[in-house]
Amino acid sequence: MKALGHVFKYGDNVDTDVIIPARYLNSYDAQELASHAMADIDPEFVNKVQPGDIIVANKNFGCGSSREHAPLCLKTAGVSCVIAETFARIFYRNAINIGLPIIECPEAAKAIEAGDEVEIDFDSGKIYDRTKGTEFKGQPFPEFMQKLIAAGGLVKYTNSKRK
Amino acid sequence: MGMTMTQKILAAHAGLDSVTAGQLIEAKLDVVMANDITGPMALPIFRQMADKVFDKDKVVLVPDHFTPNKDIKSAENSKAIREFAKDQGLSWYFEQGKSGVEHAILPEAGVVAAGECIIGADSHTCTYGALGAFSTGVGTTDIATGMAMGELWFKVPSAIKFVLTGKPGRYVSGKDIIIHIIGKIGVDGALYKSMEFTGDGIRNLSMADRFTMANMAIEAGAKNGIFPVDEKTEEYLKEHTKKDYHVYEADEDAEYESIVEIDLSEVRPTVAFPHLPGNAKTIDEIEAMEPIKIDQVVIGSCTNGRMEDMRKAAAILQGHTVHPDVRVMVIPATQKIYKQCIREGLLEIFVDAGCAVNTPSCGPCMGGHMGVMAAGEKCVSTTNRNFVGRMGHVDSLIYLASPEVAAASAIAGYIANPEKVGDK
Repeated sequence: MKALGHVFKYGDNVDTDVIIPARYLNSYDAQELASHAMADIDPEFVNKVQPGDIIVANKNFGCGSSREHAPLCLKTAGVSCVIAETFARIFYRNAINIGLPIIECPEAAKAIEAGDEVEIDFDSGKIYDRTKGTEFKGQPFPEFMQKLIAAGGLVKYTNSKRK
Repeated sequence: MGMTMTQKILAAHAGLDSVTAGQLIEAKLDVVMANDITGPMALPIFRQMADKVFDKDKVVLVPDHFTPNKDIKSAENSKAIREFAKDQGLSWYFEQGKSGVEHAILPEAGVVAAGECIIGADSHTCTYGALGAFSTGVGTTDIATGMAMGELWFKVPSAIKFVLTGKPGRYVSGKDIIIHIIGKIGVDGALYKSMEFTGDGIRNLSMADRFTMANMAIEAGAKNGIFPVDEKTEEYLKEHTKKDYHVYEADEDAEYESIVEIDLSEVRPTVAFPHLPGNAKTIDEIEAMEPIKIDQVVIGSCTNGRMEDMRKAAAILQGHTVHPDVRVMVIPATQKIYKQCIREGLLEIFVDAGCAVNTPSCGPCMGGHMGVMAAGEKCVSTTNRNFVGRMGHVDSLIYLASPEVAAASAIAGYIANPEKVGDK
């Protein structure tokens, strides 16, 4: 599996309140949530984002609330991957569970800049910045999580285990 | 090698003799909880896996975020979980009027107890660590899986040990201590880890203090926060729950990533400045600044809406009136607390001082309703997050504080030292 897109760059501690503010949480409709993605940190995001685009951020991405609406709105808005130095743990679980690819890679998080065109090979964990011609290697997922992702998320994994 | 308290609880729930940090396990769940934001979203996911919940005594639903329903969509969401609770015959469904904020009502109603493995589709589920339980927040897919299967995968966390000594000063409570700690280690200082609180100083902390501290473990990125079970915990459990509970203790040779020592007698009233719970400033530092004028005060929430918090705020507000430029919302966290406030005459004190007293709800904490802020406004809030736009407009500012600081600030009109206002 591969991803290719342009980068939206953010800093440390991008919290789930700015990814999808609570005022929109009276709905869990994915399209509706996607129309408000990143509303309180980057109001232009929803107008600019193209299918395949990539979010790159620094430490503790997705901190705060447990709302699964956060990774869901990003995925539905077209985001193909989030690269960060570190992720907050609930966001990390939620992203895997709904099938939004995420990669921890401090070097890429520091070096890649807004607007760069980036290619990601999820099988090898290779991150290639086409704009700068630089390459990075993301942290591979533990085996159990690879199994979970390969099964198509937690629901399918759970159902396959019961059969 | 020895295990931490958290690791022991997880090992027991995974049916293993021992676990080590980083190990992936599947653990049995004692309580699976969701609210009116995460619950409705979980139902269609749950139905892909099961028709019936794994145990009707262990799946808990609490409509508390947008209740009393703030709009039609919220009403539809509440209706969905109400009907689900009825169809499934859930033992624990907390309807408004008999309920409260989830993390206040679950311990109060005896739904959660020491030694349990608990998940909630709300990040502040870590609150129940105050009772000596492993308790953590998860998302919607995880909660739907927990509702269906009664078990879930976890990565066994490593831990940071916090050794608390000494006795906190008169106007210092759990809120000041936890903001002080987050200020020290940072908002990702405990990322993926347990915060295990130990030390002689714990005996000087009320259960309310411990709930407040465990509640905000997530604000340091922690998977859970946990307190040992002592006489105060046992007393609380005896008063509130009929459940059998199990007391776990960390092994003496348990391995910790780091040890942080906190002398509680040195902690000052502490406020978290915008926009992170780790932007800690002591009241002395604040008093040395230009006064920070405020527009709103919120006293309540899963962090500080308990009876002790109401008493502390009332003791300061008694005989005073709220500053003319400030709006104050007092929100007792449960109906039982609300009634006790009536009995003790606290509601009269709040109303006489000029506070709005609201029905139990998460309300303004996440900018839901009952106190949303406009651009440029500043709020002193006893809640747990001060992120950009958390309580309303992106240009509003939130200062997290204890009930004492919040009450003193309500009177002064700026962030104030409760030691200077004094109580009666």
